[in-house]
Amino acid sequence: MSQAFVPVRCRRARPALFLAPAASLLLLFFLAPIVIDVGIAFTNMGESLKVTAWTLKNFDRILGADRMIPLILLTTFLYVTATLFFFNVGLGVVLAITTTAVSDRLGALFRGIWILPRMSPAVIYALLWIWVVDSSPQGLLNQVVTGIFGLAPLNLRNDHPLLVIILANGFVGASFAMVVLTSTIRSIPEHLFHAARVDGASEWSVLRFVVLPSLKGPVWFITIYQALSLLVTFEYILLITNGGPVYDSTTYALYVYRRAFEGGHYAYGAALAIALMLFGVCFTLLQWRLFGDGMNRTRPRIEVL
Amino acid sequence: MAQIAFEQVSKSWGETEVLRPMDLSIANGECVAILGPSGCGKSTTLFLLAGLYAPTSGKVLFDGHVVNGVDARDRNVGIVFQSYALYPHMTVRANIGFPLRFQKVDKDDLSRRVVEAANLVQIDEFLDRKPAELSGGQQQRVALARALVKQPNILLLDEPLSNLDATLRMSMRAEIRAIQRRLGMTTLIVTHDQIEAMTMADRIICMSRGAVAQIGTPDELYRRPADTFVAGFIGSPPITLLEGDAKGETLHIGTGAMTLTASTAGRITLGLRPEDLRLGAPGQGGLPARVVTVEPLGREVLYGVETAIGRLHVLAMAGDAVPPAGEPAAVQIDAAHSLLFDAGGRRIPNLNIRP
Repeated sequence: MSQAFVPVRCRRARPALFLAPAASLLLLFFLAPIVIDVGIAFTNMGESLKVTAWTLKNFDRILGADRMIPLILLTTFLYVTATLFFFNVGLGVVLAITTTAVSDRLGALFRGIWILPRMSPAVIYALLWIWVVDSSPQGLLNQVVTGIFGLAPLNLRNDHPLLVIILANGFVGASFAMVVLTSTIRSIPEHLFHAARVDGASEWSVLRFVVLPSLKGPVWFITIYQALSLLVTFEYILLITNGGPVYDSTTYALYVYRRAFEGGHYAYGAALAIALMLFGVCFTLLQWRLFGDGMNRTRPRIEVL
Repeated sequence: MAQIAFEQVSKSWGETEVLRPMDLSIANGECVAILGPSGCGKSTTLFLLAGLYAPTSGKVLFDGHVVNGVDARDRNVGIVFQSYALYPHMTVRANIGFPLRFQKVDKDDLSRRVVEAANLVQIDEFLDRKPAELSGGQQQRVALARALVKQPNILLLDEPLSNLDATLRMSMRAEIRAIQRRLGMTTLIVTHDQIEAMTMADRIICMSRGAVAQIGTPDELYRRPADTFVAGFIGSPPITLLEGDAKGETLHIGTGAMTLTASTAGRITLGLRPEDLRLGAPGQGGLPARVVTVEPLGREVLYGVETAIGRLHVLAMAGDAVPPAGEPAAVQIDAAHSLLFDAGGRRIPNLNIRP
């Protein structure tokens, strides 16, 4: 009799035990910083790290007083959409399709080359870009422009900083979609290609009717995932243009960083970060709404009692 | 409608020869099954016909014209794949209509032909569903409709029934055969299932290890198999093959002996089908035996009996009076249907055992 009750106790205890490691990490590195950030946002913490008053001034500043905000938002929008459309999704799709169409060995070689920038340290990658677009005649691009075409040297970092950060991030970003979509294309059953050919489809029609439809799901996932990651990361921008000249290539996340750590306005930076976080949460909820959260949830493979 | 021929067609992947040079001729409107165990090259043969694989050597001919250089999309063949290979994101209607997209068919004509094809295989009520919403049997019908809609010269079926349950398999077998007869298409069915091959095909190509073992009607393959492979592959329950030594007209097998109708010498294999043996009480004549195993199959019962020439399988009707397991019995052999094979496994024609 008494033994019959033992499993009931186990049933309650074990899920908590299973979740404990992940939950504690989540608490320590995700939830605690959010709470602290929200706390700081309502203070007047400055360079001295001293808090003397609770205030709503930081939010006033975001919503009106800060003249930089509209420019920063426009820059961020242009940067994210252009990088996403042309590189992180567009180039990724093209690379996945072309590298799976050629022989396996050649395809693997090209994919290897495209993954290199992701593998190399950000500082080295950024330094290479700085050299490529350097305004002196010794810059790689200027050697081509002046040496081969005989034109005046370009100063892209000064004249078109947004273009430079889009290119630099795009060349790294394309490899993510390339890897994901390559495996998607590989997992299309061979019989479907055979069937399409027997049905009379040309190479182009096979691409349109067999390959592209299968990419739809993964492309949506990549779009949302990469949009969020482009919104919050700024290390290449920081290293290549430092957001400049002035604020011309400063995206929202970098603006948060510059306000907080360059200007020493920690409280204002914290308030700006809350807005970014809210946007991210809304975006994720929208994604759930559109595609259901089923894509992130499957039945467990084992049953925990 | 087309007549098909292979002239010394072979296929290799690198060093591996999956199909040895093969000759083949299939008449217009004929239904032929390619039968063999997995890995014998039967699907390769089908894909060579469809133009999905290019032959390593030899010629593929349709109506006497070499089609080696003709792309799959220009051969006008219809295939039903084992996995059905339906386009998952398209409705049944779009799937069936897909081959017509690439022909100059106007819209009205296209939708009319799609409905016709769907009617033919009785899936017209599912036209607006996606393949994932259909059962295996329904998907199979969609695949058949897609293969038929463009009115192909040749219909190729790759293990068409292997993913269906037993009852459905039986009805589809008859249905596919009826459709094939009605449309009169030259048809090839690849299968590893001998019942499927024997019931659906006019002729069977039995393959083993990348080569043709025998081509013939179902009855020829059953009654006059070319070698021990075909004899063993065709027939269920399978034939019993017993190896022995022949000296003159006597064939020594195990501790027993049989008498041959002609004298020969060397290693000889005797083949006895379970249905050509009769089990009776001892003293009624025949080979003394002892019943070892009893396997009821419903209408029939399969007995395993131990005799001087080795273990034999005997098929008897369920109601027949048969000695129970462990009891002595006697086996009578229908000598006219006995098969004898030489040392290389080839059947020796006009040789039997004496009753």
